[in-house]
Amino acid sequence: MNDHDAIRPELVCPAGTPASLRTAVDAGADAVYCGFQNATNARNFAGLNFTPEEMETSVLYAHEHGAKVLLAANTFPPAGKTGLWKEAVDTAVGFGIDAIIVADIGVANYVKTQYPDQRLHLSVQAGAPSVEAIKYYCEEFGVRRVVLPRILTIPEITVLKKEIPCEIECFIFGNHGLMAEGRCSLTNYVTGLSTNMDGVCSPASHVKYEEDTKRNLTTRLGDFTIDCFSCTQNPGYPTICKGRYLAPHKQEGYYAFEEPISLNLARLLPELVKAGVHAFKIEGRQRSRAYVREVVSSWRKAVDDMMDGQDVELAHLLSLTEGHKQTQGAYENKRWR
Amino acid sequence: MAIAFEEAESHISNGKTPLSAFLRPALAPFPLFILQPVLRRIVRHIAHTRPELFNRIGPHKDKLFLIDPVNLPFVLVLQAHPDTPLLRAYRRRKAPRTDAQIAGTFLTLLDMVDGHLDGDALFFTRELHIEGDTEAVVCLRNALDDLEGSVAEDTASLFGPPGRQALKVLRKIRNHE
Amino acid sequence: MSGAELTIGPILFHWSADKKRDFYFRIADEAPVDTVYIGEVICSKRAPFFEPYYDEVAERLTRAGKKIVFSSLAEIMLPREQKMTKGLCELEEYEVEANDAAALYHLRGKPHRVGQYFNVYNEDTMAHLTSQGAVHFTVPSELPKEALSVLSNKAEELNVGLEVQVYGRTGLALSARCYHARSHNRAQDNCQFVCEEDPDGMELKTLDGKPFLSVNGIQTLSHTCLNLMHEVNEMQGMGITHFRLSPHSHDMVSVARAFRAVLDKDCAADEGVKKLEQAGFKGTFSRGFYHGNPGYAWKTA
Repeated sequence: MNDHDAIRPELVCPAGTPASLRTAVDAGADAVYCGFQNATNARNFAGLNFTPEEMETSVLYAHEHGAKVLLAANTFPPAGKTGLWKEAVDTAVGFGIDAIIVADIGVANYVKTQYPDQRLHLSVQAGAPSVEAIKYYCEEFGVRRVVLPRILTIPEITVLKKEIPCEIECFIFGNHGLMAEGRCSLTNYVTGLSTNMDGVCSPASHVKYEEDTKRNLTTRLGDFTIDCFSCTQNPGYPTICKGRYLAPHKQEGYYAFEEPISLNLARLLPELVKAGVHAFKIEGRQRSRAYVREVVSSWRKAVDDMMDGQDVELAHLLSLTEGHKQTQGAYENKRWR
Repeated sequence: MAIAFEEAESHISNGKTPLSAFLRPALAPFPLFILQPVLRRIVRHIAHTRPELFNRIGPHKDKLFLIDPVNLPFVLVLQAHPDTPLLRAYRRRKAPRTDAQIAGTFLTLLDMVDGHLDGDALFFTRELHIEGDTEAVVCLRNALDDLEGSVAEDTASLFGPPGRQALKVLRKIRNHE
Repeated sequence: MSGAELTIGPILFHWSADKKRDFYFRIADEAPVDTVYIGEVICSKRAPFFEPYYDEVAERLTRAGKKIVFSSLAEIMLPREQKMTKGLCELEEYEVEANDAAALYHLRGKPHRVGQYFNVYNEDTMAHLTSQGAVHFTVPSELPKEALSVLSNKAEELNVGLEVQVYGRTGLALSARCYHARSHNRAQDNCQFVCEEDPDGMELKTLDGKPFLSVNGIQTLSHTCLNLMHEVNEMQGMGITHFRLSPHSHDMVSVARAFRAVLDKDCAADEGVKKLEQAGFKGTFSRGFYHGNPGYAWKTA
């Protein structure tokens, strides 16, 4: 692609810890996204995320290296507890954060009224998959970028881009989910901890693995069996929507909701840019630093090659999700709906 | 020890022998009391040079972790407390009660301390067996990941050039160069 | 207005048009409810079947003194769904309940309701939406009682209605994929309306045979039936104004009468639960979310 009018897409990379943030920045990320060590972000896991001090030094580091930092404040404060989210916003703004990613209307409104110049991004957790939904948030709160739910096709994105006033960011790599984000209380149903309010999904604190004498492994979340693996299969993490269940007419277990697969849009790179996507998001705040380094530098090269008119080295990018079945999800067409 | 590793590397990369074949004989008659001061030195060094690791463990700092390198003739008990860090070897049957247990081959465990193991992969791989307080294990992994360099490197450096060489060899075996 | 009204939520399942009409006629004639929500919330493909019946159902309900509200789709994605929603939002005679931001886009500026599929979790969100014309909120089922208490105070301050579901299977997730179709190896586009076979949702069990969830098209519901009969008096005391009964294929009139009796303090909760059990529901009750426990739990300790 040698179109000088095409925007160079921003590479937005996950930072689960300060070391991961530095790794991503060093590997060529244009922006990194991260959260505080509490319920204000949707990856609220033990040992992950940033203290305020770490956030401050990380923002400095990123800026010194020409990268932006986006704060994930994308969960929903329950009534009576909005103070924590406001504090997160205040702290991040004080450190010079480049954008705040929100889902809750109350939080969006707080940012807009307290910090009218602060760039606001709409999280996938806001669940805005249509033109009108996006325009609603743009008009009400001055949202400058929307992260698309992973359920739109390329033709749909092209159409959408023409009708909305904000930038588009879409996921290109990482764990894939088909449940509508921001609208799931499966975890709360089983564990009493909420995805929307506490920022956890199938939390490790409720995970149990049991192996029988024949090395068959059963995975559980709380009181419910999520899956069972024979001795030759690799077990998966017991995420509820990725488990196997029985239905009245399906008496052998089947993936009732989805199979554990990984998103990889390497093949669709030029088309996505042509469709007007402003930024590419890589998922994976729980991944190892080594993974982050490899994935970010591979995608950095791919985007740079493409913008310079060279061929993108697909084979390597595709091999990054080795071990998981890959998918291009809905992006190509909607056959699976 | 370093020479033994080099030999091991050439045999292993030729697909001739598993790592345990070299480690077991080298360590089998090992009286554990020789290991203890070494382990103490390692954990104190890490606590001193890597306070962020111990801070990140946070809510799980009082937990006891059993680390079981299944192809070695001992197990390790770890407590990642910033003030009273603990790392001790025990014979497998004599280990105390612990809050979480991580069992795996020496090389898989190395991956975990060397920053090469995903949070998700902890559970995907059959090579690691986790029991007890799963959240504490995830927290430990996340804390280990938040390090420039790695605990493996720090530990290896404690033993000078032979230590660093040994780690280099192990990483090669693991294809992490 | 006594301040504690019962409502019938939108029918979530794919019942035949006749069955829906008969249901609404019976509700009109016999159920002690204040408001009835109609409209298709889950799947736009189902909507055309009931369209011919709206007028006669609306007329019968109105004559019986029931207020009618049209609920919008919970997920609006396709162009035809956007058109359908826009059309719905242009209704003048009835209030519309928005379950998605696309509906809010059209409804801002005129009186409207916000439904339980739109994330109103806190008082700030409630205040903002009220400033845009929202007059009544049905809040997500996963909210615990402490949050509901704060929301009731806010609703009173803003002079808007606050509604909470107290009976029926709870919606737990929505998706872009139809899981009913998927279970029959089809896609939503060629589903042949298999969801009609399950008037209360398709049961999913865990691999060791434990009932777990319930599938309804793109929606995943609890297997257990929410039952807040022991809690409704406390909720009344908080200031919650409306109590939603989500319709199932068993005797919803009896369910409504049982709740009405407890709300009016004519009958104790334990007795009310016995009446519920006679209404024909075969399964387990739960009330975990309200008490800050896992949603499927019944015990409050």
